[in-house]
Amino acid sequence: MIDWALLAESWPLYLNGLKVSLILMAISVSASFLLSVPLAIARVSPNPWLSKPVFLYTYVIRGTPLLVQLYMIYFGLAQFEWLRESIAWPLFRNAWFCAWLAFALNSTAYTTEILAGALRQTPSGELEAARSLGMSTATIYGRILLPSAIRRALPQYGNELVMVMHATSIASAVTIVELTRTARDVYYNHLAPFEAFGLVAVFYFVITFALVGLVKLLEGRFLRHLRPMSIPSKAA
Amino acid sequence: MLKRTFLSAAGAAALALILAPSAIAQAPKLRIGVEGNYPPFSMIAPDGKLGGFDIDIANALCAEMKAECVFVQQEFDGMIPALNAKKFDMIVASMTITEARKKSVDFSDPYYDVPSRFVAKAGAFADHSPASLKGKKIVVLRNSPRAAYLAENYKDSEVVLAGKETEVYMELAVGRADVAFGSSVVSAEAFLKKPEGKGFAQLGPAIRIGAGSGVGIAVRKDDEALRTRINAALAALKASGRYKALADKYFDFDISGS
Repeated sequence: MIDWALLAESWPLYLNGLKVSLILMAISVSASFLLSVPLAIARVSPNPWLSKPVFLYTYVIRGTPLLVQLYMIYFGLAQFEWLRESIAWPLFRNAWFCAWLAFALNSTAYTTEILAGALRQTPSGELEAARSLGMSTATIYGRILLPSAIRRALPQYGNELVMVMHATSIASAVTIVELTRTARDVYYNHLAPFEAFGLVAVFYFVITFALVGLVKLLEGRFLRHLRPMSIPSKAA
Repeated sequence: MLKRTFLSAAGAAALALILAPSAIAQAPKLRIGVEGNYPPFSMIAPDGKLGGFDIDIANALCAEMKAECVFVQQEFDGMIPALNAKKFDMIVASMTITEARKKSVDFSDPYYDVPSRFVAKAGAFADHSPASLKGKKIVVLRNSPRAAYLAENYKDSEVVLAGKETEVYMELAVGRADVAFGSSVVSAEAFLKKPEGKGFAQLGPAIRIGAGSGVGIAVRKDDEALRTRINAALAALKASGRYKALADKYFDFDISGS
């Protein structure tokens, strides 16, 4: 029934695809996390000159499919002579850079909204307490708002990580041979769709559960104070 | 009692629904797998209509076989699996007859034959030898005989795999690859004659790869009856001059390969 020999034979190909997918994901989410912290602060700012541009950015990115964004960056921008002649071309010429840029921009938009939501939901008591101690706004962000918001955003951020992982499969549209592309090549060359896509599904499943497990561990560590506690019995 | 009648009626209806597709499959409608990204052989007009030499040949064959045909558009690298999974009955997608493909499908007699050719910036390379293209990026259609040919003969070059033949020339035009390796006709008609192809030229002579027997129509291995019908229709098209009339619409040279 299942062609185990084929799976064993194509195993190295899959490992290579896995490596590519994981690297793509890692470089994309690290960039998006670093970018989304300042953008989320701008997004919740009372100053419209800060908050509106960020809103527009996340609105446009979240309103268009990632595949279209990737096509725009890889094929669309390459159409312009001025870009091809500029110093940025060595970057845009590279498929990896284009994929990284598309994934990072896309994930930044979602992560910014997740963080901004958590910032807005900070209990007002925490803010008032900090103000009453005479903390400056910068200190309040650094010591109170951000650590608390990032902790509370963890569960949704875990979902975002899984989404980015799954989204790396579309990098194959711009010649990058990642996990899904590997599966399609194995399928095409050996005409064994169940084996080819079944194995790749197992790979994604394992990565996803590793990610979910990691986030759960972090939640256990950082969200301990929000867990329901057992109330000591009065009879004692 | 009433309930039971209702249930059995519902059951019969459900059964009819399940059986219906097999009844449809028995109709003599031929489903043809085509590609749509291989101008001027197979392309999609801005209004969404399929056109090109492959499509014209397929339509002419259907008329000759007196069969009703529907086109199914499919990416090239999934063509053979889709044929064998019975998503369609034959492939008319400029598919080169190769020994590797013959292991999975059967081919009709060739319906045209054009060689492959390298394309690069005019004057960029002295010749097309592996030594001259060493370390350079060569873009080629993924999972094609041409890709296999490069992997075999140009081991010191970096092979970039594009998903569609049209993307092969796009990658070359914007400079993501130094050389493109494609159908001599597609590169000439759909690239070099276009504004994007300005400054580019064919590099080296025409190269024949594959089994050397041209491009055929693929059918499933167990479908000898259809293959025989296609060959008879193809011979009739050539004999009656309709093949030449179709070819003349697109090409100012003989592509029949015979």
